[in-house]
Amino acid sequence: MTGVVGTWQLARLARRRDRVMLPIWIVLLSVIPGSTAKTYESLYPTVAARASLNAGTGSNPSVAVLYGPAYDLTTPGGWIAWRYGALEALFIALFVVFTVTRHTRAEEDSGRLELLGSTVVGRYASLTASVVVAAASSFVIGLVMALVMVGAGLPVAGSFTLGLTVAGTGLVFTAIAGVTAQLTEYSRSANGFGTAILGVAFLLRAFGDSTPSANWVSWLSPLAWPQASKPFVADRLWVFALEVGVAVAVGAIAYRLVPRRDIGAGMFATKLGPPTAPRSLSSAFGIAWRLQRGSLVGWAVGFVVMGVLFGSMANGVSGLVGDSDQVKQMLERMGGANGLIDAYLAAIVGLFGMLGGVYAVQAALRMRSEETASHAESVLATGVSRVRWAASHLVFALLGPAVLLAAAGLATGLGHGLRAGDLGHHLTHTLGAAMVQLPAVWVIAGLAALVYGLWPPLTVAGSWTVAGITVLLSLYGPVIGLTQAVLDVSPFTHVPKLQAGTVFTATPLIWLTAIAVVATAAGLVSFRRRDIG
Amino acid sequence: MTTAISVSGLVKTFGRTRALDGLDLTVRTGEVHGFLGPNGAGKSTTIRVLLGLLRADSGTATLLGGDPWRDATDLHRRLAYVPGDVSLWPNLSGGEVIDLIGRLRGGLDQTRRADLLERFDLDPRKKGRTYSKGNRQKVALVAALASDVELLILDEPTSGLDPLMESVFQDCVREERDRGRTILLSSHILAEVETLCDRVSIIRAGRTVETGTLADLRHLTRTSISAELAGPPNGIKDLTGVHDVVVEGNRVRFDVDTRELDAALRALSQSGVRSLTSQPPTLEELFLRHYQDEQAVTR
Repeated sequence: MTGVVGTWQLARLARRRDRVMLPIWIVLLSVIPGSTAKTYESLYPTVAARASLNAGTGSNPSVAVLYGPAYDLTTPGGWIAWRYGALEALFIALFVVFTVTRHTRAEEDSGRLELLGSTVVGRYASLTASVVVAAASSFVIGLVMALVMVGAGLPVAGSFTLGLTVAGTGLVFTAIAGVTAQLTEYSRSANGFGTAILGVAFLLRAFGDSTPSANWVSWLSPLAWPQASKPFVADRLWVFALEVGVAVAVGAIAYRLVPRRDIGAGMFATKLGPPTAPRSLSSAFGIAWRLQRGSLVGWAVGFVVMGVLFGSMANGVSGLVGDSDQVKQMLERMGGANGLIDAYLAAIVGLFGMLGGVYAVQAALRMRSEETASHAESVLATGVSRVRWAASHLVFALLGPAVLLAAAGLATGLGHGLRAGDLGHHLTHTLGAAMVQLPAVWVIAGLAALVYGLWPPLTVAGSWTVAGITVLLSLYGPVIGLTQAVLDVSPFTHVPKLQAGTVFTATPLIWLTAIAVVATAAGLVSFRRRDIG
Repeated sequence: MTTAISVSGLVKTFGRTRALDGLDLTVRTGEVHGFLGPNGAGKSTTIRVLLGLLRADSGTATLLGGDPWRDATDLHRRLAYVPGDVSLWPNLSGGEVIDLIGRLRGGLDQTRRADLLERFDLDPRKKGRTYSKGNRQKVALVAALASDVELLILDEPTSGLDPLMESVFQDCVREERDRGRTILLSSHILAEVETLCDRVSIIRAGRTVETGTLADLRHLTRTSISAELAGPPNGIKDLTGVHDVVVEGNRVRFDVDTRELDAALRALSQSGVRSLTSQPPTLEELFLRHYQDEQAVTR
């Protein structure tokens, strides 16, 4: 038992460090499913509407790519299990992977664990503490989720089946992250391994769920298990037992790896690097490219995969909504079935725009982390001017999203065009729709550069606040009925929708670009005038 | 004789802290200048102002004939800097960092790079984060010493180096001086400053308290004398500049201000000197005196 001495203290330390993020994740993940039971009832009030939704969506493989299989859409419970089962699994998995890595490998990577490790802390304490925190959070999410659904009037058995199996997916990925944290020395790589496994699990589930002849493939993915328990339909609670079993088995591997390595080291030894620098590493841009390229490539791959997936779903969206009166009215307002597909594509492309904004912030923040790590000082003490140094990173914040949006636009057009025909038209159409998002993304990047230049200590919080407000306004602003004046704060509100029946106007794009240019320039000017470090 | 660095009345405040409070510093071209001071005295702040990373609130600074803030980029091509706490990119090898920094500065002497790697016994293939503190320091030193520059600014460059590497470093500094380069060496290691530096500036609380050659500074300090006399010492206690006198029969020990040394020796010889040892002042004593003054001030 001496190996776990200090676990409790470390777990409390972890809870203290995560005292803001942990509750936010828990509340978001646990409240959303149950709180939408009413939405179902107002969207599909009649038996006939529910039956047609069930017939349309239940048999639509392109919808199953994103949401998973629909077993029974005639009850609010069955609809919630379909609508949120796979998404909840995905997000709880992301949450535990980041949490476990943050408190194991990231602590070792930064050297903080060494400080703690010299005190009375057992060899397994760090792993155990983060597993305890992640697993306990998963349980809380699952139980609160179940209680919220019971409170909304859903059947108890189904509510707990869904809640517990989602928590179970959290347990499985907690164990997986426990293993990936042992493998390499860098927390970035540990997170990368964890999310890569998550990506594979997502693709396996998407493939299995949308391919009737190969449904069994879904069983290979822990992300499919909550829906495989058929909450509100068959309530197979034994799936939860399966998840616990897998989590324990995988977790055991993590515990066997711990004593086989030194603190700070990984299972894979760090390879030696080249004794001299390649030609590409000769300029401020060279080092920026070296630091930013991995992230850019990773995001591009993600955008392409998502684009193909979402694009291939487009043609099936008209089946998704069934034929309730309300939905029909909505559809007519949008201009028939084609209008619906257009609206769907516009929504997807808008989503890519917002994600592009997230990438832009992340790329711009690299300047701040380079400065606080004193790397910027090493470069700025040479013949590199401040503007050149900052510009080398801002290239990624400004042109990186262009690359990503182009990739996403083309991939979406490809996915949609291959199913719907007329590939050439769809390629250019979605590419154009994606690229008009760029000026809005530039505004976010420009504001990040401005905060960095003016108030360096607020760079991280300030830039994420800008990106967060923008995304929340665009996603939820219209739903909760905010006035146009408030919605106009988000640059994405001003991006023209490339839909049939609307006239394209470039004026807002010019305005957005001008704002972005002014903000970036002001940021650079302030950066030239301030102290470094 | 031209000056490479000329600083006068430099003031820099961070919020309420006055990090530099009218600091003066003059470094002549071609000399090795020791820059001494206790922790937090403002050594690194001064260097960061000289590198144009920080902007001074008032005072003037001239570096290689230019303005360190306005002409930063041009001046940086003519100097090399080794920070006190070298931070390397975790996934770049040491060799990559040396080449990158050298190229950004405008070029690297490849033969000298290879020679320095061997002398410092540094493996350039290891990744940044796997180096120990001393080895990170070596990476920055090799990058600086292998560049073709006029001025080297070294901020506590030997912290973390073992004694063997410390001696390699001292050899390198002497070679650099012989090639006509100017070196500003901020340091805590007094023995290092004593062996390497032509002139020294001591700063305290953001202000220069002493500056000059080591010989100049020794004049300001005391020499320890221990003597065995033919008879009991007379009148030593009453001489000006003589301190801490201990008499044991015919033996006497005391410290004397260096400028009063002559008078003290004359007084001793009146009693007849049998044996005499004198210890010249070390920089350490000079340094400690200023430290103690500072403690007295803070109390």
